[in-house]
Amino acid sequence: MPGFGLAMGVTLAWLGLIVLIPLAALLAKSLGNGPAFWWQTLATPRVAAALELSFFSALAAAAVDMVFGLIIAWVLVRYRFPGRRIVDALIDLPFALPTAVAGITLTALYAGNGWLGRYLEPLGIQIAFTRVGVFVALVFVALPFIVRTVQPVLQDLDKEYEEAAASLGATRWQCFWRVLWPALLPALLTGFTLALARAVGEYGSVIFIAGNLPMVSEIAPLLIAVKLEQYDYVGAAAIGTAMLLISFVLLLGLNLLQRWLRRGRM
Amino acid sequence: MRRLLIGIALGFFALFLLLPLVVVFAEALTKGIAPYFTAIVEPDAIAALKLSLAIVAIVVPINALCGLCAAWAIAKFRFPGRSLLLALIDLPFAVSPVIAGLVYVLLLGSRGVLGPLLQEWDIQIIFAVPGMVLATLFVTFPFVARELIPLMEQQGNDEEHAARLLGANGLQIFRRVTLPNIKWALMYGALLCGARALGEFGAVSVVSGHIRGQTNTLPLQVEILYNEYQFQAAFAVASMLALFALITLAVKALLERRYARELGHH
Repeated sequence: MPGFGLAMGVTLAWLGLIVLIPLAALLAKSLGNGPAFWWQTLATPRVAAALELSFFSALAAAAVDMVFGLIIAWVLVRYRFPGRRIVDALIDLPFALPTAVAGITLTALYAGNGWLGRYLEPLGIQIAFTRVGVFVALVFVALPFIVRTVQPVLQDLDKEYEEAAASLGATRWQCFWRVLWPALLPALLTGFTLALARAVGEYGSVIFIAGNLPMVSEIAPLLIAVKLEQYDYVGAAAIGTAMLLISFVLLLGLNLLQRWLRRGRM
Repeated sequence: MRRLLIGIALGFFALFLLLPLVVVFAEALTKGIAPYFTAIVEPDAIAALKLSLAIVAIVVPINALCGLCAAWAIAKFRFPGRSLLLALIDLPFAVSPVIAGLVYVLLLGSRGVLGPLLQEWDIQIIFAVPGMVLATLFVTFPFVARELIPLMEQQGNDEEHAARLLGANGLQIFRRVTLPNIKWALMYGALLCGARALGEFGAVSVVSGHIRGQTNTLPLQVEILYNEYQFQAAFAVASMLALFALITLAVKALLERRYARELGHH
């Protein structure tokens, strides 16, 4: 087959110029004042709070989406109802809708005088401009990742196994736990991983609804932008590398878990 | 059980996906049709639209062409480091858009690694359009390659080998054999790449100078209007982006339905 040299050359140049060299600049800058300084930046209460908020709300949002994403995927694959195709197509809305649009829209929904906020506020439930707002935005953003990874697996899953289990006297719950769950778990974990990766770094849909109060509802990506505006390049770079590092460890852990599960099944 | 699950799925769908979509258009039209169109044809909005489209027009061909090269190298050949290369191509999806902007500021900004050099030559990249193009290239980097690689792997090399035996040269093989086999997947990847490029906010926001009429894209224009409390105008511009998103989803669904086999999605 011809063309390997050319294709490879273009690929490496493209990857190097657009992704690798800029990322190397990030690493160089963040360690420019030494590892001690790097750690010091991260240990400031404001930075630590932002990192904690970003990762924990992303984990929570991905977990909630795992439950509802599974139900939606199940309903889309197994049931026929009017409007199913439209629902199916609109699941990808969070992919396609620019994050800034999602951000202002969610704020219009959940602010105190908003479409839903005006009914929730009297009940003492405040969503916009709190940590809950961050979580709601991330639930919106991460949903398609779960649905779209589980859906094809469900489609390929033969109903026969469940029917066999049922005819052998398994209850509905046993059918789910013993037959479906083991088959779906790897896809669910993949979806969870993708959802998490996306939610951790999410910016546009969060910053409008979060209120961005330092130490309370300020996410890590926003703090990077704040530090950049203050020309604190080293500080911004430190948060950036910390985010990449934590993400990397989380994704690696999830990957290993998945490998372990796969081996267990064989 | 069936009713309950459909109820939960549709309820979640309505709350998190359908309602926001309705809100965008409703908020844009709160003052009626005339102010809606006034907001859309306002010079700053038109300038933002032009810049957004220009960025899409630069970014999509570059990432499509380079993604095609990467897919050719990875899917048609076996070489050491292949899976590492695959992982590196996917890397931008796991990086926060804000970090995508940050890395270019650290590399090319006035205090960045190459800053002094660029200043000497009087080239401005950061806080100008070239930086916005670079940041968008970063965030949309994997779309086309990711769509093509699994498909081309699945198709194998048989047809190309046959063409080779019949005396076709490299370019002929590509144009007559490979390209017809992957054209719909290429379109699909380019569609997703374009949609993301049009709506990108975080990465572009970090490297844009936020100069009205010059370095504002549509999503940035939405933010500016919103922060100036011109909510109706902000939602009017946002509704344009939402409309683009709906068109993207419609075309995507159409491609998926009509060319499922050609896309390798099954």
